[in-house]
Amino acid sequence: MNRFRQILPFTLFPVVVVGAQLVMRATETEYCLTQLTMAVYYAIVVMGLCLLMGYAGQVSLGHGAFFAIGGYASAVLTTYDFSRFKGAPWAGWLQKAHLLIARQDLYGNTAMTFSPWAAFLTAMLATFFIALLIGYPALRLRGHYLAMATLGFGLIVSKMLLGSNITGAADGINGVPAWKLLPGLAVTGKSAGRVQNYYIACGLALLVLVLLRNLVHSRVGRALQAIHDRETAANAMGINTAACKLKVFVLSALLAAMAGVFFTHYTGGIAPSEAGALKSVRYVALAAAGGMANLWGVTVMSVALNYLSLRGWFGTYDNAVFGAILILIISLAPEGPLKPLGLWLRRLTGTRPPSPTSHDPNHVSRFTFHASPAAELAPQTDERATGRSPQHGAP
Amino acid sequence: MENGSLALQYLLSGITKGSIYAVVAIGFNLIYSATGIINFAQGEFVMLGGMVAVTLAHYVPLPVAIAGAVGVVALVGCLLELALFRRLQRHSVLHLIIITMGLSIVIQEAALHIWDEKVRSLPYFTGSEVSSVRFLGAAISPQVLWVLGTVALVVLALHVFLRYTLQGRAMRACSSNPEAAMLAGINIPNMRTLSFGLSAGLGALAGCVISPITMTHYEMGAPLAIKGFAAAILGGLGNPMAAVAGGLLVGILEAASVSRLPAVYNDVAAFAILLFVLFVRPQGLFGSPTSDTVREH
Repeated sequence: MNRFRQILPFTLFPVVVVGAQLVMRATETEYCLTQLTMAVYYAIVVMGLCLLMGYAGQVSLGHGAFFAIGGYASAVLTTYDFSRFKGAPWAGWLQKAHLLIARQDLYGNTAMTFSPWAAFLTAMLATFFIALLIGYPALRLRGHYLAMATLGFGLIVSKMLLGSNITGAADGINGVPAWKLLPGLAVTGKSAGRVQNYYIACGLALLVLVLLRNLVHSRVGRALQAIHDRETAANAMGINTAACKLKVFVLSALLAAMAGVFFTHYTGGIAPSEAGALKSVRYVALAAAGGMANLWGVTVMSVALNYLSLRGWFGTYDNAVFGAILILIISLAPEGPLKPLGLWLRRLTGTRPPSPTSHDPNHVSRFTFHASPAAELAPQTDERATGRSPQHGAP
Repeated sequence: MENGSLALQYLLSGITKGSIYAVVAIGFNLIYSATGIINFAQGEFVMLGGMVAVTLAHYVPLPVAIAGAVGVVALVGCLLELALFRRLQRHSVLHLIIITMGLSIVIQEAALHIWDEKVRSLPYFTGSEVSSVRFLGAAISPQVLWVLGTVALVVLALHVFLRYTLQGRAMRACSSNPEAAMLAGINIPNMRTLSFGLSAGLGALAGCVISPITMTHYEMGAPLAIKGFAAAILGGLGNPMAAVAGGLLVGILEAASVSRLPAVYNDVAAFAILLFVLFVRPQGLFGSPTSDTVREH
C-alpha cells in the first residue's frame, strides 16, 4: 500500500503531462504549451529550493542568481564571437574537440562560438564553484543572516549582469541558438518544436523529481531532516551538518542553473530581471505555496502559479500576488494549502486519514517543530534566545 | 586643494546617505531586539514616509505633511504587528522573516498602484536645489544639513528614550530577557507593537528628509533595507547606537566606490561589504567575538 502510494505520483505524472497536451490539442490552444514549458523550467528551480528549504531548513534568496548564472553562462558562450582568438593554441584545441564551432549568426556572418553542450558543462562547472564559494561561509550562518547573505549575493550578481557589456547590460542576450540534445531532439523556441520541447521539459522535471525523491528517502535525506528539526542534535548524532548543508546547497544551485540553461535555449535569450531579488523571493513563495517539504506539492503549485503568471492572469498585480501568497500561506498554513485540503477532502468523503503509526517509517514528516511536545517548551530557547545574546540586547 | 574639496564632497554625500542607512539600521535593531524578527520591509517604511508626505504636502504646509506622514506610517507599522505578527506567536522566527519579505513586496506593489511609477520628491526644506552652503571649499546643499541635523536629533532622542523613560527601559528589558520582563509586569506584546510603530515612524521621517535629495520612488525600499541591514550587522545586531556608526561607514564606503567605479556598480560595493562582514565577522565590528551566537558552530 505504501509502496503503491509512493509510486502513484510518478505514474500519474506522465498521464497528466500527456493529458494536458492532448486537451490543448483538442481545444486548439496548443500555443499555451510555450508558457507551460517555461513554467516547468521554473518549477525545477523551486524543486531544488524545496530540497534546501523544506528538507534541510536553509533559506536561500539567491536562487534567481543561480538560474541567471546558468542561463547567462550558456548564452554568452553560445553567442559571443570567439573568432578573434583563432590564432590562440587553446582555440585550435577546442575546435578540434568540437567544443568551439563555427556557425552562422542572425545576420548570416560566420561566428566562432562554443557548442551548447560545452556551454552547458561550463555553466554547470561555474555554478558549482560559485555555489561552493558562497555556500561554504554562508551556510555557517543562522537563518536570517543566511537569508540576507544570499539576498546580497543575488543582488551583486544582478548588478554585475546589468553593468557588464558582455552580458548585454539591461537588454540581456538574444539570439541564443537551439541546443541539439540528440539527433532530432532540440531545445528551441521554434513553434514547430513546441510539443517536443514540452516533453523535454517534463522529462527533465520527472528526472529531477525521481532524483530528489530518492535523495530524500536516503541516508542523506534523513540526515537533512535531522538538521532541519534540531541542528545541534543532528551534529551530536554524528552527522557532518556543515558538509551536508553545503552539498544540498550546491545541488539545488546546480538544479537552478540547469533550469536556467534549458530556459535560455528554449526562449532564445535571457534578461537581467531573471537574477532580480523579486524572482528569488518568488521562488521562495512558490516553495512555501507547495508546502516546503512536499516535492509533489511544490511541483504542482509552482507549475500552476507560474503558468498563470506567464499567461498574464494576474495582470499588473503579478508580484503582489506572489507576495500575498507568501504572507497568507506561511501565516495560515505553513505546511502548504494542499495537505489541509487533502485532509478536508478525506473527511468530506468519510475516509479516515491514516494514523501516524501506520506511516511508512521512511516517510518524511515536516514541521514537526510545532507538533512535538519538546518543541512546545523550547521555541524560546531554540530560535529566540540563541539568535542573539543578552549583552547585545541593551543599547 | 581641488582634490581635497572633491574628496570632502564625496565624504559629505557618503555621510548624508549613511545617516539614512543608520536610521534604517536603528529600525532593524528596534524590531529585532523586541521580537527577534528581521524586518525585510524596513526599507518600505522609508518609501511610504516619503510618498505619504509628498501627497500630504499638496494640501497642508510641509511640517504638517511630514508629521502626518510619520504618524500614518507609524500607525501602519503598529497595525502590521497587530494584524500579522501578534497572531503568529507559534510560528518559527524564520517563517515570520519570510512573511516580512512578502510584506515588502505587497507594500511595494500597493505603493505602485496607489501612487505610480513616477519619481517624486518633497520640496527643499529651505532654499532650493541650486542654493548651497560653502564648507571648507565644498559646496553642500542646505538639505544635507537638514538630514544630518534630523538624524542626529533622532538618535539623541532615541537614546534618551531608551535610557531614561519608563517605556524605553521596559523595551530594553523586553529585549534582554522577555520572561523576566513579563514577570516584572511589562506587557510584552504591546512593547512589540510599539517597536514596530517606532521603527516605522523613524523610517518615515528618514524618508521625508532624504526625499528632496534622492527622490522617492516605489522601488527604493529594497536596496535601502539591504544597506540598512549591512549597517546593522556592521554595528552588531541588537545595538542601535553602534548601528549609527555602521550606517555612516556603509555610506562613506559607498561614496568612495562611486568615485572610483562606474555608477551601475555602486550598490555592489555595499552588498559586498555586507557579505564580507557576515562571513568574516558576523558579530559586527563592535560586538564581542565571544558572544558567538550567529554562527551554527
